[in-house]
Amino acid sequence: MSEDHALFIKKVAEKYGRDPTRLMDILLEVNARYGWFSEETIGHIGEAMDIPRVKIRDKISFYTFFSQKPVGKTVIRLSNSVVEKMKGAAEVARAFEDAVGVKFGETTPDGAITLTYAQCIGMSDQAPSALINHTPVGNLLPEDVGDIVEAIKNEEDISQLPQALIDVNLRRSGPVVFAPMDAGTAVRAALKMTPEQVIDEIKKSNLRGRGGAGFPTGKKWEACRNVKSDFRYIVCNADEGEPGTFKDRVIMSERANLVFEGMTIAGYAVGAEYGIVYLRGEYEYMLEDLKRILEERRKKGLLGKNILDKKDFNFAIRIQIGAGAYICGEESALIESLEGKRGAPRERPPFPVEKGYMNRPTAVNNVETLCAAARIMEQGADWFSTIGTEASAGTKLLSVSGDCSRPGVYEIEYGITVARFLKMVGAEHAIAAKIGGPSGRLVAPNDFDRTISFEDFSTGGSVIFFGPGRDLLTHMKQFTEFFVEESCGWCTPCRVGTTLMLKEFDKIIEGRATRTEIENIKKLGQTIKTMSRCGLGQTAPNPILTSMQNFPELYEAVIKPVDYIGTFDFAKAVSAGAEITGRKPHSDEEANL
Amino acid sequence: MAKPLIATQHLTSCFGCHMSILDIDDRILKLAKMVDFDRSPINDIKEFTWPVDIGIIEGGVSNDEHVEILKDFRKNCKVLIGIGSCAVANSVPSMRNTVPLKECLEEAYLNGPTIVDGGIIPNDEDIPILLDKVYPLHEVVKIDYFLPGCPPSADTIWNALVALLTGKELEFPYELIKYD
Amino acid sequence: MSQETVTFTLDGVKVKATKGQTIMEAADAAGIYIPRLCWHKDLPSGGNCRICTVMVNGRPAGSCLFPVEDGIVVENNTKQLKDHRCQVVEMHFIEGNHYCPSCEASGECELQALGYYTQMLTPTSPYLRPKYEVDASHPDVYIDRDRCILCGRCIRASEFLDGKCVFSFEGRGIHKRISVNAEHNLGETNMEASDRAATICPTGALMIKRTGYRIPVGKRRFDIHPIGWDIEKKKKSG
Repeated sequence: MSEDHALFIKKVAEKYGRDPTRLMDILLEVNARYGWFSEETIGHIGEAMDIPRVKIRDKISFYTFFSQKPVGKTVIRLSNSVVEKMKGAAEVARAFEDAVGVKFGETTPDGAITLTYAQCIGMSDQAPSALINHTPVGNLLPEDVGDIVEAIKNEEDISQLPQALIDVNLRRSGPVVFAPMDAGTAVRAALKMTPEQVIDEIKKSNLRGRGGAGFPTGKKWEACRNVKSDFRYIVCNADEGEPGTFKDRVIMSERANLVFEGMTIAGYAVGAEYGIVYLRGEYEYMLEDLKRILEERRKKGLLGKNILDKKDFNFAIRIQIGAGAYICGEESALIESLEGKRGAPRERPPFPVEKGYMNRPTAVNNVETLCAAARIMEQGADWFSTIGTEASAGTKLLSVSGDCSRPGVYEIEYGITVARFLKMVGAEHAIAAKIGGPSGRLVAPNDFDRTISFEDFSTGGSVIFFGPGRDLLTHMKQFTEFFVEESCGWCTPCRVGTTLMLKEFDKIIEGRATRTEIENIKKLGQTIKTMSRCGLGQTAPNPILTSMQNFPELYEAVIKPVDYIGTFDFAKAVSAGAEITGRKPHSDEEANL
Repeated sequence: MAKPLIATQHLTSCFGCHMSILDIDDRILKLAKMVDFDRSPINDIKEFTWPVDIGIIEGGVSNDEHVEILKDFRKNCKVLIGIGSCAVANSVPSMRNTVPLKECLEEAYLNGPTIVDGGIIPNDEDIPILLDKVYPLHEVVKIDYFLPGCPPSADTIWNALVALLTGKELEFPYELIKYD
Repeated sequence: MSQETVTFTLDGVKVKATKGQTIMEAADAAGIYIPRLCWHKDLPSGGNCRICTVMVNGRPAGSCLFPVEDGIVVENNTKQLKDHRCQVVEMHFIEGNHYCPSCEASGECELQALGYYTQMLTPTSPYLRPKYEVDASHPDVYIDRDRCILCGRCIRASEFLDGKCVFSFEGRGIHKRISVNAEHNLGETNMEASDRAATICPTGALMIKRTGYRIPVGKRRFDIHPIGWDIEKKKKSG
């Protein structure tokens, strides 16, 4: 057994040429076979790869899809992000526990099923949702759960279940991403220009990155091209992990060809011969389709050597699957992960365009940005810049979820007001909108006349609506819990600060806070924002800080008009001692002020 | 005008901070001119005679009686100072905090290497009930000033008292801030 | 070898630096101390603790990694940054279990020294009180994770100075901790007391056995001078 074990791992390692930068793929294959990583497995991988076992353990322990304790043959990952909770994830969880017979975090004694929670799996528009191994199921109702568990027990094909029919939910197509397309048109148009002309065209179009930061794409490509190097890389960031976003799911299922066109054009423009799509682990179910599309493109001469007979223009694309870590959506963390390491963000400068993947100049672009770049080649910069506003050219995909009658993906022109948008999606009664997901801001109705654009509400695309009766503070707590869970732990302000933030906030929503706690939390939030290494920490206080800013009345209602409330809980603190000695504690009432 | 009143108390600690108060040497004569002592183990007054101006607490909060005492101090002191590492931070008593109380007591009274013929966990009515952890003062009541140190030096205590009594800001030169 | 000189402003003072230097290196050379914790002179910077964060043209940056550029305006000694640093120092204290009065590293501990430097009288945020076991399996070196601040110095020292790989991180977020290159514990690794990693810990998390409490109270490193004194004296002596 053990020898087979070692042999299998050795073969997997050899398949990837024992290349340490392919460690993620190796771990994924080992995981697919054994389901978890024992110390023995870790030792074998270390030996096969000639990497110290502590480094293997480092990597494995970082990603949520890798477990260091045994898991069941089938792992059910129920998403418990905020929107999922709003849509009844708790009831579905109870139904799973009843049907499977174990609690979340546990595995059935026969080793058949593990129940565990996941963060947002990109299915907020059809919440509650779960991944059953790699197969997503959505629109779950507690009464469906029995049949699903039965199907798992009978080893049926999960993808044939009615709940596994994923709605595309593309509610509104715009002229840029979801307009009709033919494979090759954009690449063909680009190849008529010189690489410099392509960059100029992109610059002229005023295209800015769609991931959230909004860096001008043309400038990024130009910087990447201008760094002297033997190799350059294009990386497509398809690791959307912001809770409430799922636009990349729809792009990758409906417009993968446009994404690959964009990558190819980027490769031509910056002088890269190699592109990597970093696809979040939650979307592994799309992998076979995407590989097939890549193969078709190769056959059509749209990938490979001398693309469309352009001499010396070579470009290849591979897809790297992730393994569950929100932070890997941060471009430098993504690059670390691509290189086979834990996904901890890098210090910048140097920026990836100078030293990225393998320390070579690398242009990391969002899926949606690449689609827009391809479309600009097709239709021209002038056409593109007429869409949207002056500072925000083009369209934006918004993933809409929460309390609205038409959740899904909308391609809208930049500059639309929140008020108009909420009519479009059927969220007229919203009492608040979280624009930009957890890391964005909580917007109150008096700001609904403002616009979605780089110059006003800038967003990576997640828009969550909260209807009347929603307990906003509880949801802000849940968003903060998300950051605590997803902090990579590299730097102290984020690692410890987010946990402290949550503790302080608990005091507020449990009614154990005074004005002092409000001031403390504001101060703490500023420290986390200023001192953290990357965007995760710099935005983690946003749910609490922006809700304090825009909904002060919610806080006024729960804080106590006293001087001081300690964190100490007498009843809890004394209960163990009283129980052990069989005594009744002195009443704390007399001493209470 | 009556002299300001001071009260002091020690909770879970070694009494070293009180020793440090006494360690101000001949300045204690000056102090005696400036203040009167109310409730304190130094004069063995066990209850407050009057509300006082300054309360000084040494030690961490580790049983139900401590909670009562501390709250009584907060009620009766205009200004409450925590002195010494046990009172204001993690220190020797709080080293038990990461071990469940039951395990601590069982190790001490039932299973430890010095136990002969089995023992019992003390449960007499007159003994205070231990808390699950040893808490710093400020987790229980509001503390106005913190003097760290194990113990804070006599100079630290003297500086702080003089500043408070003369209405000045508490400022410490580098040598006087110590956690040990 | 020609070295390009750049000039930048640090707290209102013009500072000359060599291109390629970090802000911290340039400040050190100029006798201006920027507080730091995970940084060590013999190691590549890690950027873990963030205490050396300064404002560069109004935006925060880790001075241990940010390269000097001509004309940048750097703020270090501001009230705002001092407050942030004090809070981050406090975070280190409440994350672990630091019992200064009984710790062998007390007086030599850089975290403690930074507490003094930032004038933190005591941490007032709630302690997280994690539970760790001491790893005393090695004959000469032990790990007390209660005192570990995850600065990563031992990882970098083992790799870059000792040519080994005894340590790495494990887990993420608040569950992150130092892990050793063995199935169980430090005793199974090729760690030696003579390794640079064994003496590079800024706190008392990684200690050589039988060496504690040798220096009497009052004569220890930070009893005598505040942290950063060695850098600031350069300026004083011109």
